[in-house]
Amino acid sequence: MKNNKSILYGILLAFILIAPFAFPDFRTQLATLWLMIIVAMTWDMTGGQMGYNSLGNIVFYGTGMYVAAIITIALAYDVGGYTNAFGGGVYKFTDQQYFLGMFLGLIGAGLFCAASAVIIGYVTFGLRGPYFAIGTLGVAIAAGELVSNWEWVGGGQGIALPVYPGDLDNGKLLFYFLFAFTGVVLFIFLKWLYATRFGAAINAIRDDEEKAEAMGIHTLRYKLTTWAMSAFFIGIVGGISAFQLIHFEPLETAYQTINLGIFMVVCVLLGGKGTLWGPIIGAILFHVFKEVTWNYFLGWQWVALGALIVVTVVYFQDGVMGYLAHRKPEWFGVRVDENKAEVSQ
Amino acid sequence: MSSIIEIQGVSKSYGGVVANKDISLSVETGGITGLIGPNGSGKTTLFNSIVGYHPIDEGSIKFENEEISRFPVQKIARRGLLRTFQQTRIYGAMNCVENMLISLPHRKMKFLDSFSLNNKSDYEKANRLLEFVGLYEKRLLKAASLSFGQQKLLEFAMALMNEPAALLLDEPTAGINPTLINGLIDRLVRANREFGITLFIIEHNMRVIMNMADKIYCLAHGEMLAQGSPDDIQNDPRVIEAYLGAH
Ligand SMILES: Nc1ncnc2c1ncn2[C@@H]1O[C@H](COP(=O)(O)OP(=O)(O)OP(=O)(O)O)[C@@H](O)[C@H]1O
Ligand SMILES: [Mg+2]
Repeated sequence: MKNNKSILYGILLAFILIAPFAFPDFRTQLATLWLMIIVAMTWDMTGGQMGYNSLGNIVFYGTGMYVAAIITIALAYDVGGYTNAFGGGVYKFTDQQYFLGMFLGLIGAGLFCAASAVIIGYVTFGLRGPYFAIGTLGVAIAAGELVSNWEWVGGGQGIALPVYPGDLDNGKLLFYFLFAFTGVVLFIFLKWLYATRFGAAINAIRDDEEKAEAMGIHTLRYKLTTWAMSAFFIGIVGGISAFQLIHFEPLETAYQTINLGIFMVVCVLLGGKGTLWGPIIGAILFHVFKEVTWNYFLGWQWVALGALIVVTVVYFQDGVMGYLAHRKPEWFGVRVDENKAEVSQ
Repeated sequence: MSSIIEIQGVSKSYGGVVANKDISLSVETGGITGLIGPNGSGKTTLFNSIVGYHPIDEGSIKFENEEISRFPVQKIARRGLLRTFQQTRIYGAMNCVENMLISLPHRKMKFLDSFSLNNKSDYEKANRLLEFVGLYEKRLLKAASLSFGQQKLLEFAMALMNEPAALLLDEPTAGINPTLINGLIDRLVRANREFGITLFIIEHNMRVIMNMADKIYCLAHGEMLAQGSPDDIQNDPRVIEAYLGAH
């Protein structure tokens, strides 16, 4: 069993490494798929594992973009001057400025978003159920509006970052691997986290928060930490997206509440909430569905998407993983390590 | 004898309903104290006040000589004062062992400790206590699939897992098959004697509470009606009246 798993993971990893070379025309597509997988996994940390359905996680994606961009620019130029001269050609970046900016920008984006999550969470985690969902959505909408009125960061125009210095195909490869690396790290991290006491505690918060409090669990601390870890990864992929897209603007790209902000929730519902693989499977299904409808049913794509959401929510609430767990419980086994449970015998 | 819980002049109303009025009592360290009273007399309300579930209107509640009446639930629980619910609350989607592991005492853990896997001794402790309440055979079953009485036993075991100094039990025998009640009494008494946990028990079953408690308080209409040894209470005409009057 253990061997089978290692083989499976080995094959997956090989596929991840080979895919962009095997399908060179689809590098950007594959990178976007990773983005979907990552935001779905991070959404599930709070939404699926902890029972707090945020509709505002996009705020960390947008903020990650801006923080990464501003750090990169600030390393070389005055930010206000740079954003003012939108598209002006006088601002050149050396390779070193570009890559150092990217490196520090991504880390800074992750840390800044994690800190923001703690601050926002301190207020919003007082809300429960639909109030939390709407409260977080409000935060995301407000953040988009604020940023789009903030001239120093380019206002409604957004920011244009330097283009990848070098062959564009290599650039696509770089972005693919940045996303893929983040995704693999996130997967390994979550696989471990969900097995720890921490994972059990956030599940307890989801299943009965009052009981968890009555047992003395530091509920707020767990909630803030979970959201901060989630925001850390979203911030990083926001930053990667900023470099990949080159130009982004606040409302349609960065704080895109009704696109990516909702898509990440749909991915998780489709694949199965509160499971390790659900968000991944959901993101893949969703991405394929979206690409097919956007390419072949243009004009009707939003209708098709809406229908998908309705069908999922009404008939298929537990998603693919929930369906499988119901139909084939033996695949999921007993959730406790049998050997350890036996020790007292 | 010192007291672990000391309540002075506590009142609590829900809108117009006065659920507790000027209640004073003390729970002796290491003993078993009973709380009885007809339906709706304010017993659960008093428990909720003690564990910080809602703010009280007036009065003082001390646990180990510390004023706790303004503390939130989690903080009181981490001081070692725990309660079980009248409507049993367990994690139905988790199995018994997982329910037990969730209940490890967070007051003895640093936050960083939560970023580790449960170790062998945690599993051993969980299994030992499940064995203690007679659920060892069922330990890998989902808690939701247990019978009502077994769920109550599980909730009791979870409380023990948390190693409280004092445990408030809200009707531990309600809904439990009468043939199993003696076994439960025996375990409650052992939890008290062997693990040194002070018990404060709401109980409707007179036979049960008279057999266990060192001291009993009786509430009626939100007020303290009588207090004393089981014998005193059993023979107190006001208590008999309150129970007969309520039925
Ligand atoms: N949340 C609440 N809101 C309003 N009234 C309440 C609430 N909880 C309890 N009450 C009222 O307060 C009074 C005391 O209720 P409480 O639950 O404390 O009684 P009890 O002694 O535990 O009764 P039982 O033996 O039935 O469990 C009752 O009149 C009840 O209707
Ligand atoms: Mg009650």
